[in-house]
Amino acid sequence: MINTKLNPKLFDEDMEMVSMREGFGEGLVMAGEENPQVVVLTADLEESTKVEAFAQKFPQRFVEVGVAEQNLAAVASGLAAVGKIPFMTSYAVFSPGRNWEQIRTTICYNNQSVKIIGSHAGLNVGADGATHQALEDVALMRVLPNMVVISPCDSLEAKKATLEIAKLKRPCYLRLLRDKTVVMTTKDTPFKIGQAEVFQEGQDVTVIACGQMVYQALLAARQLQESNISVRVINCSTIKPLDKKAILKAAEETGGIVTVEEHQAAGGLGSAVAEFLSGQYPIPVKIIGVEDKFGQSGEGAELLEKYGLTGKEIIKGILTVLRMKGKHFNG
Amino acid sequence: MSLSAQKIAELEAKATFIREDIITMLYQAGSGHSAGPLGMADIFTALYFHILRHNCKNPQWQDRDRLVLSNGHICPVLYATLAHAGYFPHHELLTLRKLGSRLQGHPHRGSLLGLETTSGPLGLGLSQSSGMALAGLRDEAKWRVVCLMSDAEQDCGNVWEAVLFAGKYKLHNLTALIDRNNIQIDGFTEDVMPLEPLKEKYEAFGWHVLEIDGHNFEAIIGSFEEAKAIFEKPTLIIAHTIPGKGVDFMENDFQWHGKPPDKEEARKALKELRSLQGKIQPGHHD
Repeated sequence: MINTKLNPKLFDEDMEMVSMREGFGEGLVMAGEENPQVVVLTADLEESTKVEAFAQKFPQRFVEVGVAEQNLAAVASGLAAVGKIPFMTSYAVFSPGRNWEQIRTTICYNNQSVKIIGSHAGLNVGADGATHQALEDVALMRVLPNMVVISPCDSLEAKKATLEIAKLKRPCYLRLLRDKTVVMTTKDTPFKIGQAEVFQEGQDVTVIACGQMVYQALLAARQLQESNISVRVINCSTIKPLDKKAILKAAEETGGIVTVEEHQAAGGLGSAVAEFLSGQYPIPVKIIGVEDKFGQSGEGAELLEKYGLTGKEIIKGILTVLRMKGKHFNG
Repeated sequence: MSLSAQKIAELEAKATFIREDIITMLYQAGSGHSAGPLGMADIFTALYFHILRHNCKNPQWQDRDRLVLSNGHICPVLYATLAHAGYFPHHELLTLRKLGSRLQGHPHRGSLLGLETTSGPLGLGLSQSSGMALAGLRDEAKWRVVCLMSDAEQDCGNVWEAVLFAGKYKLHNLTALIDRNNIQIDGFTEDVMPLEPLKEKYEAFGWHVLEIDGHNFEAIIGSFEEAKAIFEKPTLIIAHTIPGKGVDFMENDFQWHGKPPDKEEARKALKELRSLQGKIQPGHHD
C-alpha cells in the first residue's frame, strides 16, 4: 500500500525530475525571508550550490570566502556565535570533507547553529569522477556529537528540510545531489526532522533508504508485489537523530531489514540502523551501499548500476534477508 | 594617551597575582603549559582590566567586546584573569583539568560563561573572530573583536585563509594579536618553520601591523587604542613576549612550553614572583 501523500505520477514515464540543490536554493530564499538572521556563505560555488538567488536578494547577508573550506566552517561558527544562522555551502567532498576538524571543534563542540550544506554528494555527480563523489560524508558527520544529519529523498524534501533546519538551534548537515532526481513527494508529504516516513506499507521485510535510493526501493517493492512479497519502504531522511520508534516497529512487524544508501556501506545509514537494532532487536540486516571502493567517471545511472545501487540489487538484498529470516526463526 | 604611574603599578601587581595563580594551578593540575600563560599575563591583565568592554555580572551582555583565545593551550592565564575579573570564584582555579571542572584542559565555551569559544586545536580563532567581526560590521554594532594567537599557529593554513578574508572584508573592528615568543613544542619557531618577515606578510594581505613589547603596559594599551583609530583595515599587533616571563628559570626555554612545574619548581617560582611583586621595573622587560 503506497503512501497516498506521494506524487501520484511516481511510476509514470514522464515523472517529474528536479535536482535537490534546486529545492535547497528555493527553500533558502524562503528561510531568508522568514528570518533576517539567516546568512549564507559559499566557497567559490555560488552558482552550483544554488545560492545565487539568495545572494541577489540579500547581498548584505551573503559571504563569499573563496576556495577556503576550513575558513568557511570557522567563519560560519563565528557568525553563529553572535546570533546569525549561517548556511555554508560547498561540495560535500570539501565540506565536510576537508574541514572536518573545524566542524568538530568550532561548530559541534561549540554547539553553534551552523547549517552545513554538502552538495554534489554520491555517485550522482557522475563525470567529474571519484575525487568529487562524496561517499563518506554521512559517516563523517554522523559521529559528531550535537550534529543532525539529513539526506533528503528529493528536491521538495530538500526544500522542506532547508526551512526546518533554519529553525533548529543545532548544527545540521544537509546532503544534496547534483543531478535531477525523481520528485517522489508532494507538498503534502509530511517532513519532520527525526521522523522517518513510511512510503509504502508492507509486512514481510522493510527497506530503509535515504536520498534517491528511496525511489529504487519503491521500484523494488513494486516489482516484488508480483511475487507476493510485501515490502515496507521507509524514507529515513534524518539519519541522525535516528527515528528509533519507526525502525523498531518495522523490525518487530517485518522481522528483516535492508538498508540502502548512495554512500559507503560503512558508516552511513545502514550502520546507524544496525548499531541500533543490534542492541535492541537483533534481526537480519543487509546493508547496501558502495563496498569500500572509490567511484569513477561515468553517467550517474551507469555508476549506480556499476556499484550495485539499483532496484535489482535491492531485490537481491531483500531475498537474502528473507532467507536469513527463515533460518533465524526456524533453524 | 598615557597611563598614570599608579595605574601601571596596579596593572603590574595584578599581573603578578595572575602569574602566581598560573603556577599554583599548573602545579595542582600536574599537566599543562607553563611558558605561554606566564608570557601573556601582562597582555591579559591589560585587556581585562583596562581595554575590553565587558561585564562579569553579565557575561553574555550583547554589547561586550569579544575576546577569542585561539591558542587555547595557554588557558591557565585566561582562567586566572577571568577569576580575578570576577567571573567565577577564585578557589575554582584549583580545579583546572580535573574531572567535572568548568576549567577544561583546553577552553570549552559550553562549560564556562565568559568564554567566547572553544579552542585548543590551533589555527581556528582568527576565522571565528572574522565571522564575529563581519556580523558586527554589517549590523553596525559598537563592540569589537580581539583575537589572541600564538606565533606557532601561524604555521596553520587556516590562519592564512582568515588573514585573506579579514583583509578582503576590511574588518577594522577586529584586532588580532600574535604572542611572538619564538618557541613551540619542537623548538624555536624560526627553526621549526620560519615565519619572518611576519609583519610584511600581514601588511601584504591588507592589514595594519604594529610591533610592541608585550610586557610594557603603556605599549599594550596604546596599540589597542591605535587599532581602534584605524579604519578600512584589520590590525595585527605583534607582541614580543618572553615565554615563562617572571620566573627566571622558565624564561626563554622551550622545554617549559608544554610542562607544569613540580613541587620544588613551583615553590621556587612562587618565591620569585612574590619577591618581585610591585617592584618590576620597565627596564627589566627589554
